[in-house]
Amino acid sequence: MFRKIMMPIDLAHADKLEKARTAGADLARHYGVPICYVAVAPSTPGALGHNPSEFAAKVEAFGSSEAERFGITVETKALTSHDPTVDLDNTLLKAVDDIGADVVIMASHIPNIADRLWPSNGGTIASRSKASVFVIRDN
Amino acid sequence: MTEDISTGIPEPEGAANLIETDYEIGQDNIETRVGPFGLDIHNPVFLISGLTVVAFTFLTLAFQSSVAPLFDAMRGWLTANLDWFFILSGNVFVLVCLALIITPLGNVRIGGKEAEPDYSYFGWFAMLFAAGMGIGLMFFGVLEPVYHMAFSEPIGVPSPFDADGNLIEENVAAAKAMGMAATIYHWGLHPWAIYAVVALSLALFAYNKGLPLTMRSVFYPIFGERIWGWPGHIIDILAVFATLFGLATSLGFGAQQANAGLEFVFGIPVSDTAQVVLILGITALALVSVIRGLDGGVKVLSEINMIIAGLLLGFVILAGPTLSIFSGIFNNSVEYLKEVVPLSMPFGREDDGFRQGWTSFYWAWWISWSPFVGMFIARVSRGRTVREFITCVLIIPTFVSVVWMTAFGGTAIDQVLTNVNSQVNQYVIISYSPELSLFGMLADLPFAAVTSFIAIVLVIVFFVTSSDSGSLVIDTITAGGKVDAPVAQRVFWCTFEGLVAIALLLGGGLGALQAMAVSTGLPFTIVLLLACYAIFKGLASEPR
Repeated sequence: MFRKIMMPIDLAHADKLEKARTAGADLARHYGVPICYVAVAPSTPGALGHNPSEFAAKVEAFGSSEAERFGITVETKALTSHDPTVDLDNTLLKAVDDIGADVVIMASHIPNIADRLWPSNGGTIASRSKASVFVIRDN
Repeated sequence: MTEDISTGIPEPEGAANLIETDYEIGQDNIETRVGPFGLDIHNPVFLISGLTVVAFTFLTLAFQSSVAPLFDAMRGWLTANLDWFFILSGNVFVLVCLALIITPLGNVRIGGKEAEPDYSYFGWFAMLFAAGMGIGLMFFGVLEPVYHMAFSEPIGVPSPFDADGNLIEENVAAAKAMGMAATIYHWGLHPWAIYAVVALSLALFAYNKGLPLTMRSVFYPIFGERIWGWPGHIIDILAVFATLFGLATSLGFGAQQANAGLEFVFGIPVSDTAQVVLILGITALALVSVIRGLDGGVKVLSEINMIIAGLLLGFVILAGPTLSIFSGIFNNSVEYLKEVVPLSMPFGREDDGFRQGWTSFYWAWWISWSPFVGMFIARVSRGRTVREFITCVLIIPTFVSVVWMTAFGGTAIDQVLTNVNSQVNQYVIISYSPELSLFGMLADLPFAAVTSFIAIVLVIVFFVTSSDSGSLVIDTITAGGKVDAPVAQRVFWCTFEGLVAIALLLGGGLGALQAMAVSTGLPFTIVLLLACYAIFKGLASEPR
């Protein structure tokens, strides 16, 4: 039914994304498709690494760990953006096309008043992507 | 199994000499929520900067009548007693930059040997120029050349007017040349060298060394791992202060000039209320820009800005004394190069009004402005070699300043000398109304209503492009060098910049604004001199 799953991951908060990670892995196993974890960092040194090798290693290590934990086929894609606070949605939307994903699974917070000012990433991806989008709420 | 198709953070690409540190960017940050808004802030830089800014804003509003004399006295003391320090420091920064162009250190590429630029030349230049000195060019482009020609008598070159205002023919040529050279001195190599030193040091330590994009990183060669503690906190807090007060100064100038222009064109009276409304409106536009982000907001606005500024410049060249402007570009460049050394000497001069009131103030102003402009330039300069970087941040902006000042100032001087009833004569020489000088010059050219309106729009857009990029910079510093902090934080800083500008405007007008800029410029001059050492040390270990 699906070809490839894309799961955006905020590596700084991966521990808080447990429901989405599990749901994504379950779906990947169920349909026997690979899952591509996508991480986005700014083009300046940041919390995800001082340099490219650190960042790439962190994303790759995360993918390996998920592959082993869930027994699934995994890809990773580490992307950069000039201003991820604002550009994250567009970066992820482009990644959906670039990696050929037909379903996106991502965590998102429960909507609050702030979402009226600047919508959540999950909400924006769901409203703009051609792929199916499965938004999973925090606990 | 995993298939790694990572592209990674694209810097440094190729050989670069990373600094090995166990410090993780963001490790001192506090992630919390205030109501529905998430925050990711550096402890204690955000808290101290934020609380002090809030306290400062309220105190200024509460004691409006007593703060202005205090600020004025502080400014008077600094510019009268430490002018030599500012002027000599400015010379050091120019020499450092020129040395970087001609030495092999200029071959080092920001972001690693194979790095490619993030932005096109036009987008890059538009952003750095709009952030750096846009409003100032609008405010001083007409005022300064005319004022220095008529009144300042830099390094003893006499005025072309006698005490009764009559023209002394034999003084005209030298006074005109010095008026332009002195103005270009204030808007040429020296200010841009200040920006270049800060920007290059930040870019080097972030993109090549892997340290966070915040002022403290520049001091790694000096303080080592201690930059993650209080020495670094103090540098960052100082940078936030310098940026905020530098921005407030510029915002104050912008609001006054826009208000004066609105009165001139539409009859809207100059008042505190009008200026406060202008600052609020422009802050709202800056908010839209920061929420749209670096590419969708700041860059787009900066490019629009450059296009409008280019159109206005083109109009003044065509409508003004065209041939004289074209020859003036060459002649004024030569005059500038001839006079820049004598103008840069702080000792043995008697032009106190010019040296202390203008040069010293400017240098302190540029320096207070430099953490913001420098950090912003650093953020958008990945992929350029040091030589290319210095050329584009030092030489090209200086040339643009020469062209701008020659067109606006040259036209104004021509109006003053050929027509005693010219409006520039009225607003600069007869009754000193600096905020009307630009509009006075435009009024004596064709299509004055249209061009004055465009000038007001330009002042406002320059205002917005400084405010938005400044907010991003303060946000980054107060988030410990993270450029991906939640949107609420940049909204907070953008809003508070506007409020501080309002507080300073109501608390003591321009004198208070100037005094604050000068006083934050002083400690930062020392910081910048240390940064020069850090640049050489940092570049020396890079592959060339």
